[in-house]
Amino acid sequence: MPGTTLVYYQENIMKTCKDISELLSESMDRPLTWRERWTVRVHLLMCRHCSRFQNHLNFLHKAAERYYPNKR
Amino acid sequence: MDKHQLNDHRTILLRYALLQLHDEAVAEDAVQETLLAALQTGDSFRSESAVRTWLIGILKHKIADHYRAAERHYSLGDPTSEDKDDPSAALEQLIFDGKGHWIGAPSAWNNPDHALEQGEFWGVFEWCQKNLSEQHARAFMLREMVGLETEEICQDMAISHSACRVYLHRARLGLRECLEQRWFTTKRTS
Repeated sequence: MPGTTLVYYQENIMKTCKDISELLSESMDRPLTWRERWTVRVHLLMCRHCSRFQNHLNFLHKAAERYYPNKR
Repeated sequence: MDKHQLNDHRTILLRYALLQLHDEAVAEDAVQETLLAALQTGDSFRSESAVRTWLIGILKHKIADHYRAAERHYSLGDPTSEDKDDPSAALEQLIFDGKGHWIGAPSAWNNPDHALEQGEFWGVFEWCQKNLSEQHARAFMLREMVGLETEEICQDMAISHSACRVYLHRARLGLRECLEQRWFTTKRTS
């Protein structure tokens, strides 16, 4: 549907890196909605800063998980 | 409530106890006492998450008991007080400009997995974690180290869901920034 495409297009161009970073952070805590996933995916295609941020979030998660075994 | 069910929660309880007690033996004891107390009451619960909340509730009492017995004058602080004057609200203004673009854009990290194998890295990791606001660090640790769900963190810290989301996000922003500056930027040359 052309209407839907327009809605997504508008949503995507309105999201800033700050917004996307929040969504990326939330994706570590809850499953994003279908629409949120799309918004993030389209943004990441264009933005390598946010792509890196996503990698770094995954790294933080991995590091935190290993933290306790490392203390032993 | 049977033994197997309780054991499933053991890992999370132990991590939770370690977070507060910083001593493995003491933490083990507190968890053991918690599980015993839980077995004795034998309440039944509808959902697994209700069991965990209940167990953490018991554990919190055990931890408080420990502090009361060991150091009479030790102050636990008030874990439910939210940061009124939140220094890391400013953090977001350092990271994003008014239009929501990155100011200090994340750089590419050189072989991050290698860092996990280095003892020195964990010193930096801890340092960065201590540098966060106490509340943010706590939310992050409960989520990523202990493995609680967001709902459970809200309950534990007595904060709203949106506050919880903000704490977690700011903790991650701060931790990421700090690791980049203290580890990944300085280490790249070596």
